[in-house]
Amino acid sequence: MKLFGHRLTIPAAIGLAIVAINVIAALGAPILAPFPEAEVVGDAWAEADATYWLGLDNLGRDIFSRLLYGARMSIGLSLLITMLSFALGIVMGFTAAIAKGWVDTLLSRGVDLMLAMPTLIFAFVVLSVLGTDIPVLIVTLAILDSVKVFRLARSLAVGISALEYVEVAKLRGERLPWIITREILPNAMAPLIAEFGLRFTFAFLFVAALSFLGLGIQPPAADWGSMVRDYREVIALDVPAPFYPAGAIALMTIGVNFVVDWMLSIHASSHGRRA
Amino acid sequence: MIRLIALRLAFGAMTLWAASVLIFAGTEILPGDLATALLQNSATPENVAELRERLGLNRPALVRYGEWLGHAAVGDLGTSLSNERPVASELAPRLRNTLFLAVFAASIAVPLAVILGLLAAIWEGSLFDRGVNMITLMTISVPEYLVGYLLVKYLAVQWDLFPALANVTQDMELGERLYFSFLPMVTLVLVVVAHMMRMTRASVLAIMASPYVEMAFLKGLSKSRVVIRHAFPNALAPIISVIALNLAYLVVGVVVVEAVFVYPGLGQLMVDAVSKHDLPVVQACGLLFASAFILLNLMADVMGILSNPRLRKPR
Amino acid sequence: MSRTLGDVILDVRNLRITAGKNVLVHDVSFQLRRGEVLGLIGESGAGKSTIGLAAMGYTRAGCGITGGSMVYDGTDIRSMDEAGRRNLRGTHIAYIAQSAAASFNPAHTILDQVCEIPFRESGLSREAVRARAISLFRELDLPDPEHFGDRFPHQVSGGQLQRAMAAMAMCARPDIVVFDEPTTALDVTTQVEVLASFRKLIREHNTSAIYITHDLAVVAQIADEIMVLRHGRMVEHGPATQILQNPQQDYTRRLVADRAEGHLDRPEAEARPLLELSHVTASYSGLFKVTNDVSLTIHRGDTLAVVGESGSGKSTLARVIMGLLPREQGDIVFDGTPLSTGLRQRTPDQLRRIQMIYQSPDVALNPNQTLYEIIGRPVSFYFGRKRDTRARVLELLRLMDLPESYIDRKPGALSGGQKQRVGIARALAAEPDLIICDEVTSALDQLVGEEILRLLKRLQDELGIAYLFITHDLGTVKRIANKVAVMLKGQMVAGGETRVVFAPPLHPYTDLLLSSVPEMRADWLDEVLLRGK
Repeated sequence: MKLFGHRLTIPAAIGLAIVAINVIAALGAPILAPFPEAEVVGDAWAEADATYWLGLDNLGRDIFSRLLYGARMSIGLSLLITMLSFALGIVMGFTAAIAKGWVDTLLSRGVDLMLAMPTLIFAFVVLSVLGTDIPVLIVTLAILDSVKVFRLARSLAVGISALEYVEVAKLRGERLPWIITREILPNAMAPLIAEFGLRFTFAFLFVAALSFLGLGIQPPAADWGSMVRDYREVIALDVPAPFYPAGAIALMTIGVNFVVDWMLSIHASSHGRRA
Repeated sequence: MIRLIALRLAFGAMTLWAASVLIFAGTEILPGDLATALLQNSATPENVAELRERLGLNRPALVRYGEWLGHAAVGDLGTSLSNERPVASELAPRLRNTLFLAVFAASIAVPLAVILGLLAAIWEGSLFDRGVNMITLMTISVPEYLVGYLLVKYLAVQWDLFPALANVTQDMELGERLYFSFLPMVTLVLVVVAHMMRMTRASVLAIMASPYVEMAFLKGLSKSRVVIRHAFPNALAPIISVIALNLAYLVVGVVVVEAVFVYPGLGQLMVDAVSKHDLPVVQACGLLFASAFILLNLMADVMGILSNPRLRKPR
Repeated sequence: MSRTLGDVILDVRNLRITAGKNVLVHDVSFQLRRGEVLGLIGESGAGKSTIGLAAMGYTRAGCGITGGSMVYDGTDIRSMDEAGRRNLRGTHIAYIAQSAAASFNPAHTILDQVCEIPFRESGLSREAVRARAISLFRELDLPDPEHFGDRFPHQVSGGQLQRAMAAMAMCARPDIVVFDEPTTALDVTTQVEVLASFRKLIREHNTSAIYITHDLAVVAQIADEIMVLRHGRMVEHGPATQILQNPQQDYTRRLVADRAEGHLDRPEAEARPLLELSHVTASYSGLFKVTNDVSLTIHRGDTLAVVGESGSGKSTLARVIMGLLPREQGDIVFDGTPLSTGLRQRTPDQLRRIQMIYQSPDVALNPNQTLYEIIGRPVSFYFGRKRDTRARVLELLRLMDLPESYIDRKPGALSGGQKQRVGIARALAAEPDLIICDEVTSALDQLVGEEILRLLKRLQDELGIAYLFITHDLGTVKRIANKVAVMLKGQMVAGGETRVVFAPPLHPYTDLLLSSVPEMRADWLDEVLLRGK
């Protein structure tokens, strides 16, 4: 089977399927979920049956519905963060590569500095003061993540700008926006898309980890990380509840990783083996 | 080369300083009044004024930063807002615990990952390689708490081999300590080994593809000899880099693992402090974590420089 | 050059090597005697490296020897197991790669690597092996032979490293040495020294050799027998003198052909030159003058060759003219109007009338654009509505002898020569007066490159374009350029009409360059060495 002109491997196909299912769940939660996310519909820790497919949670809410709404929250949030960090990182990275000179030095040294420091710790510091509003979460994580995108965007732009066909455009008298959009960007797409996938998994796991620690999304909003946190008291008993959201997190990440791995291997083979 | 190392050390010192500034200033540049934000719901005018007085918020930021840094340098990390005790005394035992866990995990993870990565690269394409590749790809996707809880469910609850909660105390014997820390240690190892192994494999593969490795084969050397004598010396630098990078990651990952097992370490302390808006504790913990992180990265770079033959003997 | 040759030590019959479904080598047979040098000649993809490696029982990933026999010392290499083949390599048959810099391990000293195999296999003491290595260094004319080996590979020059690799190959006293394009990456002047060292070495030790190269003139100096390969098949095989003087096959004839000198006189030069440089100097961040006091003149219809070795500043000169590297001193006047130092201040018309073609078509064309976009953009950019872009692109494709159907294809589908034609079409689309050609044939096979040169000549005759032709290949210069500028370390040491510059009295560097170009005569090298003494 082919996709975008390249052969799909089995892991990649599985990955795409997983991502597709999750995206459908996220988009269609209000329609697909049998019960609202915060409504108590029965006893706490009721077992799974025909009505409540995965049973009820610690407050008596339907776990399956919360899982669907959680997909919306977790995936939606991570997507937003990634898009923001990407926009920021690409703009800064391309600017640094093309402007060169002191602009480049300043941005690059600043980014080196930020990369040398642990992002989790900074997230903590910011959150300890500002609390855990969703907008705060999004902006903080987006800024912290954008430095890694900067690195890739800049090195791609520098590498491509050094190629003769970019010089040809410069010599013609083409304007900078034209050069960026028509000469540089199309040739940087493949690695950038792969990086988007990677950054997404990182943001996704990060948000879930923060929620798990109680510092991210606050209840009653359904989010996979905080669901794991809420359900952990029953680990010792034979209730499978905490493994549903945790497993969902793992599955989504595996899916994206498979797809990204496949994209990277295509890109590598088309650029490496031509000898 | 000495020059390179000196430059790197200087950069490291500057990074450390910048981290301290960011940790301190991070709270300054945020919008709104700091005292109000810290007090959240109990922010009456009197409380706010009192807190401002206590934290000395009425004095210029630069002065307060200097004081904070100066005190920190001699070990006085301020007083906790939530329980009025000196931060340093709270931190010390926690720091010991976290270091114990990290060292325990690292001493198993590093050799395991490097050996697995090396073997996977040498036997590239074999069943072993592809199997390990698939498994690690899945492991790095799995969050630490899932791994942790799975271990708890099976090893602690069902088979009762190890305790579910790592109630490590000050006066434990080494053996007992190891026993209680076992599950958190395994969790950490599983997550970190996957990353390290993949990176090691990638580095070694890149080296095996070099022309001088092919030349060694063309001279008639056996595969093991080529790997040991020709590939490995050049792989040392990137592998060390990989190890240090992952140790730095370990420093951060330990926070989540401590939460899962309720392990009394620095990470737990910091998480509690964040939710309680206990600023001095957050800042102190932040400083410690950041220092460890920066120090490990610094060591990675320096060792990378030392093991690169081209830099050891310049033209 | 007749030497007493011994018995046959390597007998290859009907060798067949495949990579999956592709056949890389078809049915090749040859015999190698003791003390004999066999030259394997061919363009890229001919299979010469593959054969050289196969003689050692080695194939690259994905390839396999699927037919024929290679008998060495009584045993068929194909029937040996891996251990047997490993035994063969290094000690009985040794290999010298194209790039010495990449083939030496940066982590060990040169001596360690040269002595590595004899330490283990020869049975001699370490001292004896070391002594042997040092004497090899001396034979190869390496500086300070006693201590040369203590250095690391990155501490010595390219030419020295190439010779060190020969020492590494010879240290185990092999019967056969496979030379795989060993001088291709070196400068012309270095090439002569290294070639002479190699020849001396294998003659003194009476070693057999398989010498692989694409340059017939080089192989003529060292080979007793020559085999011409094309697409994995043997085209012609015979004694060196016979192949060079009396080639039988058409393909061989084209390779050997005495490339005729073109008519190099131009019609009366106009009074006003097209491009004039006066005392132009430029440097990178003020430190080192990459262009130093250069003056030259180009008239319409001229071909001015800028020739020099690597580091001479010839490519930099092009960048100074184009405005990519601002000049610090001197003037450049184009068709009567002075050109600004930087790119930004030039008018679109000035930018249009000087175009550039690059060496490597892989990076000169945007892989994500179709030919229509690549060639059409200059048309629409410079002429807008005044031209029907699509019609013009088709016209240019026809001019380049490229199929019109290619207009919607991307460069990845084209061969090297075809891509280079696209580069030329793109330059022509701007309807320029001057085209700067930066080593445009250096990355192409010999015959393909000659076609490109013929194309450029035809365009010049039809359209009256002037060329600034940058190259390191003096042979090409003599054939196509009526003017020449010889560059050395940023300065122009000689310039003017070609027939004047290349005739006595010669500037010493011009003399050195001219004499370093291998000629298709077997005794050329001996002559050069004699003259050198």
